[in-house]
Amino acid sequence: MLIPSFRGKISRGRQIRGNDGKICAMRPYPQNRPVNSGTPKAPPFLRRVLTFRTEQPYHRGFSRGDAAVLLIVAVLIYGGIRLALRAPETVEGPAISLSPSALPYYTFRSVGRMAAAYALSLLFTLVYGRLAAYNRHAERILLPLLDVLQSVPILSFLPVVLLSLSAILPERIAAELASIVLIFTSQVWNMTFAWYQSLTTIPKELQEASAIFRFNTWLRFKVLELPFAAISLLWNSMMSWAGGWFFLMAAEIFTVGERDFRLPGLGAFLQEAANQGDTRAILWGIGTLVLVIVALDQLVWRPLLAWADRFKLEMVEGENPPTSWFYDLLRNSRLLGWFSEKIWQPLNERVDAWLIGRAAMPEAAEGKTGRPYLLYALGIAFGLGLAYGGFRAAMMLFTMPPEQWGEIGLGILATFLRVSASLLIALAWTIPAGVIIGTNRRAATILQPIVQIVASVPATALFPVLLLVIVGLPGGLDFAAILLMLMGTQWYLLFNIIAGASAIPQDLKYTSALIGLSRWERWRTLILPSLFPYIITGSITASGGAWNASIVAEHVEFGGRTLYTTGIGALISRATAAGDYPLLLAATLTMILTVVLINRTFWRRLYRLAEEKYRME
Amino acid sequence: MSTNGYLLEVRHVSQIYHSGSRRFVALQDVNLAVREGEFLCLLGPSGCGKSTLLRIITGLQRPTEGIVLYRGQPLQGVNPKATIVFQTFALFPWLTVIENVEVALKARGVHPKLRTARALDLLDRVGLDGFELAYPRELSGGMRQKVGFARAMAVEPELLCLDEPFSALDVLSAEALRGELLELWTEGKIPTRAILMVTHNIEEAVFMADRIVVMEKNPGRVVAEMTVDLPHPRQRRSPEFLERVDRVYGLLAGETQPEYVELGAAPGEPGRIRALPPITLNDLAGLLEHVAEMPGHRHDLYRLAEELRVDSDHLLQLTEVAELLGFATIGKGDIILTPLGETFAEASILARKEIFATRIRRLPIFRWLLSMLSVAEGRRLKWDIVLRALELEFPPAEAEKQLETIVNWGRYAEVIAYDDATETIFLE
Repeated sequence: MLIPSFRGKISRGRQIRGNDGKICAMRPYPQNRPVNSGTPKAPPFLRRVLTFRTEQPYHRGFSRGDAAVLLIVAVLIYGGIRLALRAPETVEGPAISLSPSALPYYTFRSVGRMAAAYALSLLFTLVYGRLAAYNRHAERILLPLLDVLQSVPILSFLPVVLLSLSAILPERIAAELASIVLIFTSQVWNMTFAWYQSLTTIPKELQEASAIFRFNTWLRFKVLELPFAAISLLWNSMMSWAGGWFFLMAAEIFTVGERDFRLPGLGAFLQEAANQGDTRAILWGIGTLVLVIVALDQLVWRPLLAWADRFKLEMVEGENPPTSWFYDLLRNSRLLGWFSEKIWQPLNERVDAWLIGRAAMPEAAEGKTGRPYLLYALGIAFGLGLAYGGFRAAMMLFTMPPEQWGEIGLGILATFLRVSASLLIALAWTIPAGVIIGTNRRAATILQPIVQIVASVPATALFPVLLLVIVGLPGGLDFAAILLMLMGTQWYLLFNIIAGASAIPQDLKYTSALIGLSRWERWRTLILPSLFPYIITGSITASGGAWNASIVAEHVEFGGRTLYTTGIGALISRATAAGDYPLLLAATLTMILTVVLINRTFWRRLYRLAEEKYRME
Repeated sequence: MSTNGYLLEVRHVSQIYHSGSRRFVALQDVNLAVREGEFLCLLGPSGCGKSTLLRIITGLQRPTEGIVLYRGQPLQGVNPKATIVFQTFALFPWLTVIENVEVALKARGVHPKLRTARALDLLDRVGLDGFELAYPRELSGGMRQKVGFARAMAVEPELLCLDEPFSALDVLSAEALRGELLELWTEGKIPTRAILMVTHNIEEAVFMADRIVVMEKNPGRVVAEMTVDLPHPRQRRSPEFLERVDRVYGLLAGETQPEYVELGAAPGEPGRIRALPPITLNDLAGLLEHVAEMPGHRHDLYRLAEELRVDSDHLLQLTEVAELLGFATIGKGDIILTPLGETFAEASILARKEIFATRIRRLPIFRWLLSMLSVAEGRRLKWDIVLRALELEFPPAEAEKQLETIVNWGRYAEVIAYDDATETIFLE
């Protein structure tokens, strides 16, 4: 997957606002649908983005559920910090070899971490999503939790997770585990959401057919649920992997003060290379990283996409189904044919026969009510624990000197300005560039591979390298941090705007030419309104990325020097280095709260406007 | 318990939904019995709860009140002896034709070899040999429904339920498929003991069924029953056939009632509120013009359906509106224009709007909305507010439909207007 974003989600439908203002249903719409008749066909890579849409539930402001969920997050962080108090003062990083011959091993380690986290995410997704979709009691808690967790800047958890794990586990294992946990938390939410939404939007007649033909739980899962969710899950998996790289690199190269949490892997390799100013090693590292990402895309994701095309719901042949040379190769391979016929299919049949004999029939007809008593008891116990944890967390916050709150406020403001600046800069160049690429097929053919390759490198991997260049610039890290954030924001915006521009219906373009609109009027009445939903979708993800990036961009250990600037990210890193745990707790919580608030009050409103008014359908 | 020779019995079944503090009756005290060897049709306008009844009969849904007896035993959960052929086919798009049939057998634990053989045989019988490995999306609608039939027959149901199986098909494939099904059924080529078909198409019901149960909406209930004792294959042009069709039209269209009954109550008042059929006024004008050309300004409803090429459901909605607005009266399956209806049919566009405006002002639901608007600040109301008020009278989805119809008619008559940007309804 070559789209470097980390909070996007794909869904196969559109939301319908419920009476209580919450998401209640998704109206399925066909994938790969022609955007509008008369539209020039978008080049293949754009079509992937066309079906892409960030889901923002229609909350109005803050709900009680949100408050509860934030409390849970606060208590979790507090728990982590209590553990972190016992973290070792110094942590030795592993020696990183800069020899290219070490790269295969590092690559193996990095990919291994990603795969482990992904496997974990998938398992979690299937269980959590099913629970939320089929149990009304669970749904009421699980859904808001999901909603807040997916808008929280995950990277702000990194110090707490690292420190707390290193307090209870050997350092190597702790760092290893922390990276996996971090990647997991970056990957899992959108996948879970996609699975949940798929489960709740399975067409009624297919559900009824499954019931009338007496599918049991297993057959239902295999024949109905998984196929129906497949495309959505696959897209979200791809997004999750792209996001995972970003976090993996950050987790591999996290160093604060005496604590060096590096992990042997591609990210650590790049940082070490940058530290030593070894240009050759930097090039090797970046080259390998790009190679790995492209290889995964070509050998894993594209074949999967081509294969999963059969799972689309609509009853017409797609005009441009996704293709993959590797998939075609596999499909025609004799060995695989033999494997499928002699091993896979009989095995499949056995498993089915076994599970159909055993697994229970799902309860027919109406949703079961279950026994809520146990849930209530658990809920009360959980609530009490939460109240206690919340109380202790508040106590810890009170021990913090008041002037530090001022510091936090200043930090938030500075980071907010930086995030906004990076977003504005990104918008300033991606809107014109995106429109040019999106409306011009020739430009698209030439620029597409370049953009994809450049965008494929996770921003965090490039930080050490970029620092080499920009540390010497006037303004130092104050401005350099903006550039670093830009790395994490601009591509996603660009992809969305290209998608939006190529979706402008041809007849509208002709009309605006025929009635002789001036260039400015054309932008004002046609292009910008058509782009609006895409810009908003892109911006939501982009700003999420920028907040995340601030953790690693505002405070850097580089070539034996520590560089930092004013900002909440720097504050979190400094608090980690100095062992100032109340400050760490306060800063992390403030950041999370700020981002959630901005999402709720600002982005969501715009998103709703975009959904309701500027939709091209 | 004795089975009385009935395969299936529905006793005092009601389905009631609650929305907030209101309750909506989808089905009211339905009683029904299906004999072995019978082809029964449930016929009624959309919204009369016939599909809900089918789901209750198969055990997909539990009724709020009443019981379903199958061979004398109360039904618990999904009826393993029944199956459904769905209006929208409900095929799994990711499975091939043969896999779609096989999966039904797989769920019952049939051995793979036997499974494939049976699926192949069934596909052969419905005429789909050669298409086993195709995906449903590669097939035409008619062929897809054949897969639906093959899948349903694969499990050898005693009770075959058909939920408007032909209404999503084009005319020709629907007709072909009807004939093929009847052939399988009347010649005893399938082990099915009884067929229960839901439809809103009057001719289809008369063409296929041994007995027709006529349902009405608001609330959904059984209003009449009729035996069709014509031998198969039935001739659609024969006088006996047309006579049956005419009679069903008569049953379904009812007789025009005195005005206060027709109009019903306004929201908030006691009494039943007349729901507006969701039709567009252009269609109504077309209908009236057509009838106006007939001698005596009257016409058989069943002929009208054919001449205007609309299905019976749509036609009945149109006649209902014509009745409601006083443009026509209905009796014995005939529509007769009133003098007002004649005037309307001959009037210019602007005059029509005026006639229409005066007529809809008399509808209680319009009176209610107009009086609310006239006292509202700025004589305008938010869409959502009116919707909430209507939701006190109708189920939420229906309330939305009603409001859409109201606004549509109001706009056409230039009585009210609607601004999409601010989502407000206001007086013209």
